Amino acid sequence: MAQPLEFEKPLVELESKISELRAFSEEKGLDLTEEIATLEKKAESLKQAIFGSLTPWQRTQIARHPDRPNFYNYAQLMFEDFIELHGDRAFADDRAIAGGLALFKGMPVTVIGNVKGKDTKEKIQRNFAYAHPEGYRKAMRLMKQAEKFGRPVITFIDTPGAYSGLAAEERGQAEAIAKNLITMAALKVPLICVVIGEGGSGGALALGVTDKVLMFEHSFYSVISPESCATILWKDASRVKDAAEFLKFTAPDLQRFGVCDRIVPEPLGGAQRDYALTARNLAEALEEELGKLLELPPEELLQRRYTKYREIGVFA
Amino acid sequence: MLKDLFRKPKYVTVTPAVPKKEMPDGLWVKCSGCGEILFNKELEKNLKVCHKCGTHFRLSAWERLQITLDDFSEYDADLTSCNPLEFPEYEAKLARAREETGLQEGVVTGEGRVNGVSVAIGVLDSNFVMGSMGSVVGEKICRLIERATEHKLPLIIFSTSGGARMQEGILSLMQMAKTSAALARFNEAGLLYISVFTDPTFGGVTASFASLGDFIIAEPGALIGFAGPRVIKETIRQELPPGAQTAEFNCEHGLIDLVVERGQLKNTLTKLLKLHQRGDHTWPSH
Ligand SMILES: [Zn+2]
Repeated sequence: MAQPLEFEKPLVELESKISELRAFSEEKGLDLTEEIATLEKKAESLKQAIFGSLTPWQRTQIARHPDRPNFYNYAQLMFEDFIELHGDRAFADDRAIAGGLALFKGMPVTVIGNVKGKDTKEKIQRNFAYAHPEGYRKAMRLMKQAEKFGRPVITFIDTPGAYSGLAAEERGQAEAIAKNLITMAALKVPLICVVIGEGGSGGALALGVTDKVLMFEHSFYSVISPESCATILWKDASRVKDAAEFLKFTAPDLQRFGVCDRIVPEPLGGAQRDYALTARNLAEALEEELGKLLELPPEELLQRRYTKYREIGVFA
Repeated sequence: MLKDLFRKPKYVTVTPAVPKKEMPDGLWVKCSGCGEILFNKELEKNLKVCHKCGTHFRLSAWERLQITLDDFSEYDADLTSCNPLEFPEYEAKLARAREETGLQEGVVTGEGRVNGVSVAIGVLDSNFVMGSMGSVVGEKICRLIERATEHKLPLIIFSTSGGARMQEGILSLMQMAKTSAALARFNEAGLLYISVFTDPTFGGVTASFASLGDFIIAEPGALIGFAGPRVIKETIRQELPPGAQTAEFNCEHGLIDLVVERGQLKNTLTKLLKLHQRGDHTWPSH
């Protein structure tokens, strides 16, 4: 388990006290049921107090929590027969984006997701989910394949953004993202994306032009990271809290702007606290949304997708 | 002069934007490329290209329209940005940009003729909040593409942009999806889109409609990329080699079709437009 987040420390301390007490009572054969119950009650109300009113910056930290379930966890918990497929057929296999085939409720689907990596070694291997052009091109290849075989595509978004560096520029980072946008806009199968953690700008949108945009309760989706925003505004990256407020990037904000279509509830305290429950919540939402999309004739599906994006924007 | 070129009288009231840093009021300017003292009158006659070293100075949207088109009528001139996120100081920033440029937003769109060929055309202007793409820029580009699709017009977009309009948050990001979706439909109609990169173009504009042309042209020396050199330096501490992200660099890496000098641009556009005119092509009888 990773370090607790600053604001959940009182809760984590209380929880460890409870388990210590429980161990102690078992070891010594003492009956401490009453004491434990009192503390548990206290922990529950503390949990409500902390997680019932999270600030945007606190949500950001939960969204980036290193123990949060990732693409592979969902592939295992929600799907059957997952087969991973590699490479863009042109340059490389970018491990920052994974993809493949699986069965969802008995139906073949294509699944694609950003992967940050959990330990240091994996994080480096996956470049912290900063994909290069070949990552987006792999995703596009798998989406075109899904279209050929008439299966829906489900994408899992969790990236700080597309990689910024010379190699990415040389190989056409911008072109790779743009091609994904135009391809997804016209893909003739149902598309759903789920922001499972961090939705970082163009690198997220490159998997995100979909019929339905689902967001986990504590995920966020932003045009710029709060750190970069603070640097631009105040030349001071430590003012992330303010930037997180200004950017209006939480799931309820995005629902208000017509970007997010459905918020998927998380266990109290965040998805990292209960993988099984988190996956069940998502599976339920996906089954319902996908069911509705599968009923639509292809022209209707594409028309609605067009209208969804066409209507986003505020002007006078 | 604008009055002679453009049909609607209202255009004369629009003062062409002048990039302040490079073009101070006065008789002359020092070339940023070679240091040569250039007389503004001469420079303008040469389409704002240094006669000595070929440096292409930035043009405002109206200057670009003027050197590209025979005539022009504007679409959606009044579309105005709001502050949907209630982002601090955004309204003041917009007001300042309007005041300084005489523009309502960072792109001018409309319909006109290039050497007699009718086109739908959009030109971004880097003097207006760095040509960043907020809701209005996205909406105007989108309407332009939709009108071009409806009227079966070829489409030309001159891009220059610092990227997304941070102050409009996710709405800004989604304009990338919106404009790309409109282009998907435009493509299905079999119509021609020529994208012209001018200095500088980065971020969300490069990563959406500007990279989706059937033909992608750039002016010499224009800086084009996804992440700007400063962003790259700040995020991964990488110093880009000289010449990286120029039009020539992008051409060398296979990312654009051709680099065309400003003086030749209208000719090149005309050629491409004429090559795509339908109708009277007949194969010699055999
Ligand atoms: Zn010069």
